[in-house]
Amino acid sequence: MPFLAAEHFVQPPQWTWYILFYFFFAGIAGGSYVLATLLRFGSDPRDEPAARLGFYVSLAAIVVCPILLTADLGASWSRFWHMLIDTTPGNGGLNFKYWSPMSLGVWALSVFGIFAFISAADAWFADRRGEPGLPTPIGRVLMIVGSLLGLFVASYTGVLLSVSNQPVWSDTWALGGLFLASGLSGSAALITLLVRYRPQAGFSLERLRVADGYFSVLELALLVAFFITVLIAGGAARLLPWFPLWLLALVGIGASLLGFRRPTRVGSGAESVALRSIATEATAVSVLVLLAVLAVRAAVIFSAQ
Amino acid sequence: MAEIKAGETYGFFTDTSVCIGCKACEVACKEWNQLQGDGPTFLADSFDNTGKLDAQNWRHVKFIEHVPDEPATTGNGAAWLMMSDVCKHCKHASCMEVCPTGAIIRTEFNTVFIQQDVCNGCRNCIAACPYGVIGMNQQTGTAHKCTLCYDRLQGGLEPACAKACPTQSIQFGPLAELQQAADVRLAALHSQGVTQAQLYGRDDSVYGGLNAFFLLMDKPETYGLPNAENARLPSRNNAGGYLAALVTGVLGVVTGLVAFRRRVTG
Repeated sequence: MPFLAAEHFVQPPQWTWYILFYFFFAGIAGGSYVLATLLRFGSDPRDEPAARLGFYVSLAAIVVCPILLTADLGASWSRFWHMLIDTTPGNGGLNFKYWSPMSLGVWALSVFGIFAFISAADAWFADRRGEPGLPTPIGRVLMIVGSLLGLFVASYTGVLLSVSNQPVWSDTWALGGLFLASGLSGSAALITLLVRYRPQAGFSLERLRVADGYFSVLELALLVAFFITVLIAGGAARLLPWFPLWLLALVGIGASLLGFRRPTRVGSGAESVALRSIATEATAVSVLVLLAVLAVRAAVIFSAQ
Repeated sequence: MAEIKAGETYGFFTDTSVCIGCKACEVACKEWNQLQGDGPTFLADSFDNTGKLDAQNWRHVKFIEHVPDEPATTGNGAAWLMMSDVCKHCKHASCMEVCPTGAIIRTEFNTVFIQQDVCNGCRNCIAACPYGVIGMNQQTGTAHKCTLCYDRLQGGLEPACAKACPTQSIQFGPLAELQQAADVRLAALHSQGVTQAQLYGRDDSVYGGLNAFFLLMDKPETYGLPNAENARLPSRNNAGGYLAALVTGVLGVVTGLVAFRRRVTG
């Protein structure tokens, strides 16, 4: 044998449905915030409606996250705050372990929630007043810091799985990047889907489609890296039972890449035509991409347990 | 035995060569720690019905059965290996490394202990423990494992399992003394021609050394124990994982900016 297969004698942590959906919403929350910021930094004011949509999506998704995490604690749900505060008798102070992704992630999630709230509130007030959102230097700094946190929130969940001794999860370095790329792709897809409720954001559809294509290329590359690393570690047998989920993930990535190659024409004079186009092709692609985001996380989570 | 003192390192030396699989240790552990045990299950492929270590089984006598299809012949007694498994109280403990609440601590006896009033049931320790030691108690919503009878040690008593073991397969004491005893026992076995006997966790090759270490009659993998090459801490994957995320993040931002700065007609 050309390599030594990793051996695991662990028990599964039973992270299942709550964690699956937490991983999904964390990816969407972080990804949407980053996309919204990038849309603003694209310097075209016509992207502003889509940027605000991104901030709204980010806030909505991040609100769900602590609820799912708390529910996952089961009977100890009321101790969720023990992640942040050290309750060991005689210790006190804050719990912060930079070497534990779960500890880092809880802090990132908490702080990112504040940024998501501020940006979404700013977008809401800007919508009400009809002004551009956060144009000040401080506003830009806020969005940059928020985006860095967003990138972390969307990716650390994969690193958290790897920083264990579980089969599959700990046999690869690709999960953090994979979840981030898939979160960015899913965010572009979700914002695209929601444009139907915010027609003035239709201008950004083309750009979101192109961005989704780039993210899908990244996701595909990381998925290949994931398979290779797990294969080398001797974990292929654990991946096979989840073949339908892997297939769904690949279909979503493929749909995004096909959409990337065939541009959707969106012209200012044909808004209704453009929206009809969204209702068909873009909707189908976006739904597939979102299902792929869920499928890739489900396949990863369940293949180890 | 000598007085149990805080500040000294204590542990178990489990000599599997004299384990008879009576499971007295399991019973004593449950008795003292008031563990109800799991519901009865019939594991048809084994004479062991405990199955595994979990929230209700803090000691588990593993039966490694290689019963041949043909009837046993004289001297053909290697079909059974028995090992009373338990938390290893690793010097470099994976569970302790990842625990985000600080619930897992080292006691004054240098053992690894889960504080039940601090644990919030996140199960990160279960994902990390390479030995599958820790289990989740759904009633309390917290993680459970062997405490090395922390309460008994505080009262100057040896752990219940070691007290009950009829063959002295489980020995309790100061770690340094146990290591000496293990070396003597290993040398004796080797001198008798039992060359396959080996110590596991005696030195620092496995998680910096185990407070609960073993004399095995086969290689560690046979007993479901990771060998030195596979015994690695979860934090080994921090750098690779974050690096991949960082590169993806940079590429994501750059490609996103490229996409959002494209000229769009209209």
